[in-house]
Amino acid sequence: MTLQVFWFLLVAVLFIGYFALEGFDYGVGMLMPIIGRKSEVKRRVVLNTIGPVWDGNEVWLLTAGGAMFAAFPEWYASLFSGFYLALLLILVGLITRACAIEWRSKINDDRWRRWCDIGIGLGSWIPALAWGLAFANIVRGVRLNEKRQIEGTLFDLLNPYALLGGLTTLLLFLLHGAVFLSLKTANEVRDDAQRIVRALFVPTAAVVAVFGIWTQLSYGKGWTWIPLLLAVVGLVVAGFAATRGRDGWAFTGTAVTVVSATALLFGVLFPNVLPSTIDAAYSLTVDGRDGTVSASSTHYTLTVMSWVAVIMVPFVLLYQGWTYWVFRQRLTMEQIPDPIGLLMEKARD
Amino acid sequence: MDVVDVARWQFGITTVYHFIFVPLTIGLAPLVAGMQTAWVITGKEHWYRLTKFFGKLFLINFALGVATGIVQEFQFGMGWSEYSRFVGDVFGAPLAMEALVAFFMESTFLGLWIFGWTKLPKKVHLACIWLVAIGVNASAYFIVAANSFMQHPVGARYNPDTGRAELYSIWEVITNVTTLAAFPHVVAGAFLTAGTFVAAIAGWWMVRKARQDAAGLEEARVMWRPVARMGLFVSLIAAVALIYTGDVQGKLMFEQQPMKMASAESLCHTETDPDFSILTVGTHNNCDSVDHLIEVPYVLPWLAKGEFSGVTLDGVKDLQEQYNEKFGPGDYRPNLFVTYWSFRAMIGFMAGSILLALAGFWFTRRGRVPDQKWFGWLSLLCLATPFLGNISGWVFTEMGRQPWVVVPNPTGDPNIRMTVQQGVSGVSAGTILTSLIVFTLLYGLLAVAWFYLMRRYVVNGPEPAHIEDDTPKMTGDSVEKLSFAY
Repeated sequence: MTLQVFWFLLVAVLFIGYFALEGFDYGVGMLMPIIGRKSEVKRRVVLNTIGPVWDGNEVWLLTAGGAMFAAFPEWYASLFSGFYLALLLILVGLITRACAIEWRSKINDDRWRRWCDIGIGLGSWIPALAWGLAFANIVRGVRLNEKRQIEGTLFDLLNPYALLGGLTTLLLFLLHGAVFLSLKTANEVRDDAQRIVRALFVPTAAVVAVFGIWTQLSYGKGWTWIPLLLAVVGLVVAGFAATRGRDGWAFTGTAVTVVSATALLFGVLFPNVLPSTIDAAYSLTVDGRDGTVSASSTHYTLTVMSWVAVIMVPFVLLYQGWTYWVFRQRLTMEQIPDPIGLLMEKARD
Repeated sequence: MDVVDVARWQFGITTVYHFIFVPLTIGLAPLVAGMQTAWVITGKEHWYRLTKFFGKLFLINFALGVATGIVQEFQFGMGWSEYSRFVGDVFGAPLAMEALVAFFMESTFLGLWIFGWTKLPKKVHLACIWLVAIGVNASAYFIVAANSFMQHPVGARYNPDTGRAELYSIWEVITNVTTLAAFPHVVAGAFLTAGTFVAAIAGWWMVRKARQDAAGLEEARVMWRPVARMGLFVSLIAAVALIYTGDVQGKLMFEQQPMKMASAESLCHTETDPDFSILTVGTHNNCDSVDHLIEVPYVLPWLAKGEFSGVTLDGVKDLQEQYNEKFGPGDYRPNLFVTYWSFRAMIGFMAGSILLALAGFWFTRRGRVPDQKWFGWLSLLCLATPFLGNISGWVFTEMGRQPWVVVPNPTGDPNIRMTVQQGVSGVSAGTILTSLIVFTLLYGLLAVAWFYLMRRYVVNGPEPAHIEDDTPKMTGDSVEKLSFAY
């Protein structure tokens, strides 16, 4: 295996980690107003299931971006300048979500909390939809010209295949989040989450299957049937486990689906990183085979970065795993403390 | 409108905005860790209250630092894709290392610290905030190394076949002499900010409590005076470190980026033993219109080379001619007005912290507790100055390297250079203008919320001791309320 292929795999792993972990964060963010429609305490239970971990989960995206920059600068440059406005939308979502989660409990006021909930909503719905849209377009290919620039506007990204991709990640993350909530909560909130899992299961499975098969038939290779199959198996396992109240297995199931679906996308993409629909020779590839453009850094840079990654990634996995272990307890409404935020109007001393 | 102008405004606004919150995070994390350590070691309840109080302010600030940092990670590719292609082989490495080594650590352990008050053993919980403190400082190292490569590229050579800068020694990049000088300067600035922040807030509360009643005076003496002095001590040490590292950096800049320093001094013509300029008037963007009003001899030769005389320094006009010969026709001068005044503002704003340190140490000498109202107001007034100083310093260092985005290293590979015109993305000005407007409005809104929260929580003060007691550790009992929940 060349270092370029290794780094393609590592970028894929970072995105897999990002979607597997932030997938349920986005799901939780989207479900918060639904499950907590009538109860502030329920909203807080839902939000606090990801309280200690959401920030660490988000770093997977930053690291994936950094890894693309370091290992495949051409990919990083072409993709992010080409998807400029789409990325802007995602960034606006992530910015408002970070502040909204952290500041929500600081002021004990309904209007303040409503604004924060809007921020959390924006930061969950937009990325959940936009990442599927973006990745489907990457797999499908973009109008990449000889200057390595993507032509066209934001609306070129809105083709049927990509829209289905966006719907797929949206539903998948919703389901993943609902399953995560049934695993992390007890009593009323868990009942609500399980009801949502049951409602979401069939439409999600249908959309994932259609998108997966479309992807496989249009862009797939022989071996990419395996991740597609695994994605479906994960969903089936999740569905069966959820109906029997086996939350751990259900979560494992949706996690396998998210991981496999992302692996499928990266699998069908390889050896391209950004295929061109104008001329195959303009495509960016991991190592510039067949006269295409290599997106990668030099051998030396990849070697250095490999050492850093090989040393650091195990530590990251270890301490992030430990964090999940520390906060493994199910949350209940009784455990939520009274609001400690200050009141909106300044009290007279 | 010109794409380069819009892209530069956007990068400038988002970065300056990010760097309002970053220094406070970098400096305050170790200070909060210090307060918590004091509590764990002495068991004194007021250190616990202070840890919680400043910890809350730290978290309000951290959120916005994270939110504005996300943009930076992607902005190179969005707005500066040609630059990213040119230096990605070198520049991407410290960025990816920053994420792998530092971002994961600070975000994960901060989550543990926020939610772990009753879940973790006391010492493990303390270790979490220390790991956060190490993480935020480590991330500063990597990003300063990346920036220093733009100011003084080393460890890379130009490959004419690909037209890219290619890394040949990561060691040279992370031990770039520019990095080794800039990192301590940035960290000293951050500690000055956090030290002043803590001292100012504690100073204001000390006066307020001392004027209240006998119990308040006791609280001022027991709780606020020590933490105020802790902040003052940190900011005084940081001020000394800033002056020293600033001097080292200045001498490096005279070697590596003579144009930046010449314009910082409005030194238009090459002179031997030029005087140090304190005040000039004129439009500054034109050497001929500048009148030097107040000047001091000997200072500038010392700043440049560490000697009092016999030093010849190149002026802006002569450097412009030299660059024209070397790199072809073009305007190689930065904005003289901004470089001149941001340099002076950076140094001048330090007076706020030093004034507070001197006044604070004097009025708290030998167990005294000040109750002068004006001392409380002076504290709050000085609070803003290190933030302004940090911003001025970065504006100086970044706008002083214009028109370059990668400044040619006078002793390195001359082909590793790039102007901002060459570095910008091939997207339309309208696209970047859209994001510029969106970021400016969103950031403006968040800044208002940030200031509102900080002010409310400072004025509210620490929670009384009977609520925030040394919480007993609970395990297994699922009905027990969480110690913290969003």
